[in-house]
Amino acid sequence: MPKDGGIGTSPKRREDVRFLSGTGRYTDDINLHGQAYAVFVRSDVAHGRLNGIDTEAAADMPGVIRIFTARDFEGCGGVPCGWQITSRDGNVMQEPKHPILAEGKVRHVGDPIAVVVAETLAQARDAAEAVMPDIEDLPAIVDMKAALADDAPKVHDELSSNLCYDWGFVEENREAVDRAIKEAAHVTTLELVNNRMIANPMEPRVAVGDYAAHSDESTLYTTSQNPHVIRLLMGAFVLNIPEHKLRVVAPDVGGGFGTKIFHYAEEAFCTFAAKQLRRPVKWTSTRSEAFMSDAHGRDHVTKIELALDEDNNFTALRTDTHANMGAYLSTFAPSVPTWLHGTLMAGNYKTPLVYVNVKAVFTNTVPVDAYRGAGRPEATYQLERIVDKAARELGVDPIALRRQNFITEFPYQTPVAVQYDTGDYHATMDKLLDIADHAGFEARAEESRKKGKLRGFGISHYIEACGIAPSNLVGQLGARAGLYESATVRVNATGSISVMTGSHSHGQGHETTFAQVIAEMIGIDADQVDIVHGDTARTPMGMGTYGSRSIAVGGSAMVRAAEKVINKAKKIAAHLMEASEGDIELKDGQFTVAGTDKSVAWGDVTLAAYVPHNYPLEEIEPGLEETAFYDPANFTYPSGGYGCEVEVDSETGLVEVVGFAAADDFGNVINPMIVEGQVHGGLAQGIGQALWENCAYDADGQLLSASYMDYAMPRSTDLPMFKVDHSCVTPCTHNPLGVKGCGEAGAIGSPPAVVNAVLDALNRGGIAVDHIDMPLSPARVWAAMQGAGANLGAAQPAARSEDTAGGRSVGTP
Amino acid sequence: MIKIEMTVNGRPVSGEVEGRTLLVDFIRQTLLLTGTHVGCDTTQCGACTIHLDGEPVKSCSVLAAECAGARITTIEGMANADGSLSSMQQAFQDYHGLQCGFCTPGMVMAATALLEENPTPSEAEIRHHLEGNICRCTGYHNIVKAVQAASGQDVTPVAAE
Repeated sequence: MPKDGGIGTSPKRREDVRFLSGTGRYTDDINLHGQAYAVFVRSDVAHGRLNGIDTEAAADMPGVIRIFTARDFEGCGGVPCGWQITSRDGNVMQEPKHPILAEGKVRHVGDPIAVVVAETLAQARDAAEAVMPDIEDLPAIVDMKAALADDAPKVHDELSSNLCYDWGFVEENREAVDRAIKEAAHVTTLELVNNRMIANPMEPRVAVGDYAAHSDESTLYTTSQNPHVIRLLMGAFVLNIPEHKLRVVAPDVGGGFGTKIFHYAEEAFCTFAAKQLRRPVKWTSTRSEAFMSDAHGRDHVTKIELALDEDNNFTALRTDTHANMGAYLSTFAPSVPTWLHGTLMAGNYKTPLVYVNVKAVFTNTVPVDAYRGAGRPEATYQLERIVDKAARELGVDPIALRRQNFITEFPYQTPVAVQYDTGDYHATMDKLLDIADHAGFEARAEESRKKGKLRGFGISHYIEACGIAPSNLVGQLGARAGLYESATVRVNATGSISVMTGSHSHGQGHETTFAQVIAEMIGIDADQVDIVHGDTARTPMGMGTYGSRSIAVGGSAMVRAAEKVINKAKKIAAHLMEASEGDIELKDGQFTVAGTDKSVAWGDVTLAAYVPHNYPLEEIEPGLEETAFYDPANFTYPSGGYGCEVEVDSETGLVEVVGFAAADDFGNVINPMIVEGQVHGGLAQGIGQALWENCAYDADGQLLSASYMDYAMPRSTDLPMFKVDHSCVTPCTHNPLGVKGCGEAGAIGSPPAVVNAVLDALNRGGIAVDHIDMPLSPARVWAAMQGAGANLGAAQPAARSEDTAGGRSVGTP
Repeated sequence: MIKIEMTVNGRPVSGEVEGRTLLVDFIRQTLLLTGTHVGCDTTQCGACTIHLDGEPVKSCSVLAAECAGARITTIEGMANADGSLSSMQQAFQDYHGLQCGFCTPGMVMAATALLEENPTPSEAEIRHHLEGNICRCTGYHNIVKAVQAASGQDVTPVAAE
């Protein structure tokens, strides 16, 4: 196989041509004949009793077809939650109903109350403004710790409290951890906030529902990362449509970052309304609407304690986290602060004892769920901040302290259930220091000093767990889904191939990388391979793309299916060449018989499979198409060293990222160009979280950051050119490609590196600051420099807690 | 309703619009040129950038009726006469300057306009010019490289840094 298109090369992305020429087909580009437009009427208060909805005036407005309220959904289910957590006391989590449209109460700003369907979008908007909900304001609860007080207003009246669950992990270690911390030579303690994020894929969500009366089939076109999951959740739990009568299509999707995993009420609404009205119904989110209806991310408040012995070895780690669920449980929300977070708390370190406590809390805010990294950034941020703080307290080099405690032998069984198969953390640390030119830092710091700037260098070293699996284990952990992936490899008579994958590309470039793998396996041109995804009618039941799982799980399924195809093709080739099957080899698109000059081309074998005249019909069936479902034996564990270099303006507190380097170990890499692009994007989001992005609520639960005017997205002028490297390779031992996944690493490893860099700059400048909560806006950095603590900044529900170091007060400037 | 005529991608077009109809909605919904995207409602993201009489403009910030008689180019009109990608479009592919593709049409329109004004911009000038276009996927690194490459400047090849 010439190395111009197979594994390890960087062919140009085939999907780019349509995106660059304006011929991509995103959901909002789909317009069906006779379609009507839906506009949602949403709550503008955080908490209130819904005493009635006056739709009379709106119903008479031009073009209005029908106005829907909760009453129309009697007999339908609510939006389901896909993961059940069990509390320390053995009780399962509290799981409130999440209605399609508000019933009796509104519970967050943006909670949908009614929907106007009209002939045109403008008419639907006009009429939506005339719908008059009668809402009696109730006190809103936005602060997690206040929400747990006995007399706190309850988000859900039918629940016993606002506590969703109280999870302990590993509960058996609890006392040993407490004891180790009590007996430690040194304990470092840090209280911090992982600020609330909004994923903000550039394409807002869209849903188009369609119904075919002649076949009783419903179709939903939607901006989803996992159309089969939507079909199952919506069909089985909400609308009671059997799966064979429901098709879900997720065409080109303009970014997801987690927030397009979940099943949303708008999808169910459009599917339902299309059947009711017997015409297609389309909803397109505005950006303002996205801010108050897309699931948010992060929002943890944590106290973490690290115990060390007299030689600075880590002996125990204890964390106590409050995790915001928002007003309802989004699809995978309960899993994020628990299994996706607690299992990562060993990090890269051989800390023998770890205990994690998480209290998940309902508040009058938008539901919170997975956002790029999901639980793993929260774990990494805590670890990589506390290690830096410990190093400062002990007066040791933070890099040396990390190295001293690195895990070096694999496989490594952590005290938090997971077992790392491979890794080489010293190698990635070495590589990072090299590409970041760490040796030259002091000279650069001196240059900055001359300009009146404070320069700092911050390190973080992360571990990630991708491709969550196996299904039987996650089932025990509370998942209400399997976490396998599927692929069908369909070989056409002339030898070209269609791969139907359950993975979904929304920017990752699967159409290019997956084709590279097949081309390499068979030895044909990648142009002969087409990758089909995003349509339940065309692909086998698959779980979709999130958690950096596509190549590790979806790619593995494809490899398994292709292996089955090749095995069958070898039987056919053996027949054609009158040779023994065991002697057949496939290379460069040719089947050969070992030790002879006999050969038959791939295309001749595929043709024989479909025109089986000279064919072993008594042994095998005609045709050449195989499906595989791949259920991984374990997670994969990418890791890496990240280094951030900043300049801080000592007069204003403005932070500039002047350099960022990332040395990752992703195992084997299929397409280096795409992998580097994934890291770049992850870094931008992680740096964004650390410095600018913040979802802010006021004390009444009003969303303050509800547009791009208020929510600071990283822009081109904010970021430097990155230095990225993936040459440290310890292949995954348990999947066929030896791959680990790269989609989230950048967002996981970067926030602590940025914060560590800023604190390094300040402390080098003689300003002793322990911690500043993200985002490190000029106001917060400046305030910290003035000795005012870290208490200034935008209001944020998670942060309003007296006993967190980040206890920013709501409403205070 | 107001009847308007304009030239879009070199072809005369006409349509009826309300006074409040935005140019981007006319382009997407009347002309069915869906390559121009809507990413926000506050003129912040730049996904809807088109060329209006040769200038890059966010088409969500202009009323369609204001554009009567105007000459408009959208992403669908950017390819070379033979249908091949323009040098800017090609550079975006060559340097992996796009992932999900949603902001891409606006980026290409904005970047193309930059080179007409400043044929060999520096990295800082490129970043400054593209500040009004948000990309959530790429971290801008490869977009900057693509624009440098399209302007004929030496750029490290992809995956070789």
